[in-house]
Amino acid sequence: MPDIITKAEVEKVAKLARIEITEPEKEKFAKQLTNILDYVNQLSEVNTENVSPTSQVTELNNVMRADEIEPYKDPVALVEKAPESRDGQIKVKSILG
Amino acid sequence: MLNKLNLTDLSAKLQRKEISSFELVSNCLKEIKANDQKIGAFLEVFEEDALNQAKEIDKKEKIGPLEGIPIAIKDAILVKGKRNTCGSKILENYIAAYDATAVKKLKDAGMIIIGKTNMDEFAMGSSTETSAFQKTKNPVNLEYVPGGSSGGSVASVSANFVPVSLGSDTGGSIRQPAAFCGVYGLKPTYGRVSRYGLVALASSFDCIGPFARSAEDCAWIFSAIAGNDLNDSTSSKLDTQNLIEQILPVIKGLKIGLPKECFGDGINKEVKEKVELAIKKLEKLGAHISEVSLPHSKYALAVYYILLPAEASANLARFDGVRYGFSAKAENLISNYLKTRAQGFGDEVKRRIMLGTYTLSAGYYDAYYKKAQQVRTKVVEDYKKVFEKVDLLATPTTPTTAFKFGEKADPVEMYMNDILTVSANVAGVPAISIPVGFDSKKLPVGMQLVANHFEETKLLQAAKAYETL
Repeated sequence: MPDIITKAEVEKVAKLARIEITEPEKEKFAKQLTNILDYVNQLSEVNTENVSPTSQVTELNNVMRADEIEPYKDPVALVEKAPESRDGQIKVKSILG
Repeated sequence: MLNKLNLTDLSAKLQRKEISSFELVSNCLKEIKANDQKIGAFLEVFEEDALNQAKEIDKKEKIGPLEGIPIAIKDAILVKGKRNTCGSKILENYIAAYDATAVKKLKDAGMIIIGKTNMDEFAMGSSTETSAFQKTKNPVNLEYVPGGSSGGSVASVSANFVPVSLGSDTGGSIRQPAAFCGVYGLKPTYGRVSRYGLVALASSFDCIGPFARSAEDCAWIFSAIAGNDLNDSTSSKLDTQNLIEQILPVIKGLKIGLPKECFGDGINKEVKEKVELAIKKLEKLGAHISEVSLPHSKYALAVYYILLPAEASANLARFDGVRYGFSAKAENLISNYLKTRAQGFGDEVKRRIMLGTYTLSAGYYDAYYKKAQQVRTKVVEDYKKVFEKVDLLATPTTPTTAFKFGEKADPVEMYMNDILTVSANVAGVPAISIPVGFDSKKLPVGMQLVANHFEETKLLQAAKAYETL
């Protein structure tokens, strides 16, 4: 495991996460994220050969139900939560230039 | 003085018509008005709605056990028609379109939602200091933090504004504040309470649970909100009927294990002493005490701080300035995303989103995310083994009592607060924090009891037995 996050990596990750960050923030986050990774790197001590990963803790398996459409009671109320909406649709900035 | 009574006492008085719900709610509102300015528990109080609902309930001849009793709700849990900020600027103006299942159940039982409480932004924090809106102070001593992330909910109960409140616990966010403020806080088994309508932080850890001033009150709220829900496929199908009747103060013969890893270095001496004293009392009540081991529990915090940011980075992707609340002014779509999230999120949220994005990115996934999931398996196995031998585990809830504002500026130092609570979330098992006294600074000390999956009744029984001492 690499044990340091550089400013360039913070820049890349921030871009992937769609968060604009300033120069001083890059430096600050690089240092803080490095400290956190330093801490979590202790997991490398644990032998996990042939150990299967856990993503669900109460031993549930696929939860199935009939594939039936149930219309939501008030879809307009949900759409209206958007910053901009019109005619029951969410307004988005144009994607294709 | 009604505001100081426990839910169970209030319930008896209301059902016998010795008091009215209107009197009770008015009294709680008066206390909030007089004292919340200095505590900062509430982000919003629903005075008119609450009083109107109380009046309606008072007209009824016969009422149920929870009817007419006020409750405060953490601002991460949706209440229809009310603002739900999650402590974040990005949701500052977001009005919930529906009730969370837990809230719906409380409403159906006739409880009165009195207001929404302050919290760390998106429940990321252990002191409620990351809230975008206000500080919440520890009602026991205003110079200290109430803990977090459910700081407002715990303060509302500890300050006697309400008898009970709802919080959420992803790594300790109910139990740690309960310990810091001297009240009871229950984190149920993962999946016992529906997560529908709880703003998602880390979906494989998140749990809704109650704060109260007694174990019995915790039991009442827990049994009211537990149960399967079609809107949360991870919610358990186990029967939750008559849960409350199974909770008797019986502890005789119960086997309680003390994980040696939770009493070692790093635990404050006074905290340890108080907890050991409480364990002696449980022993006197007839519990069998033995030392046990959870060898991988020391890795639980590291597991958590890989998996939580990973899950959170995915969950918080939805706050894009297009679908919810705050949206920054920008020329085009990409810059709208970048600016909305830069201006809408605070530093701790940004840190965790970036960390999660990093550990999930190509090249690092196996080294971090998969590795953490594998160690999670080891932590789960430890619990399985230990619960073959004992019924409950007892530990301190936190390594220290409450700290002062601004004292933990370094993120990793803040994360260490969760060291004793987090492994219950990693394994999905239920746990409760019980107040067991005060340190020499007169700050509350909490003891944590942990049970196997879906054995909340054992936790609540032991807590109730301890309480009746």
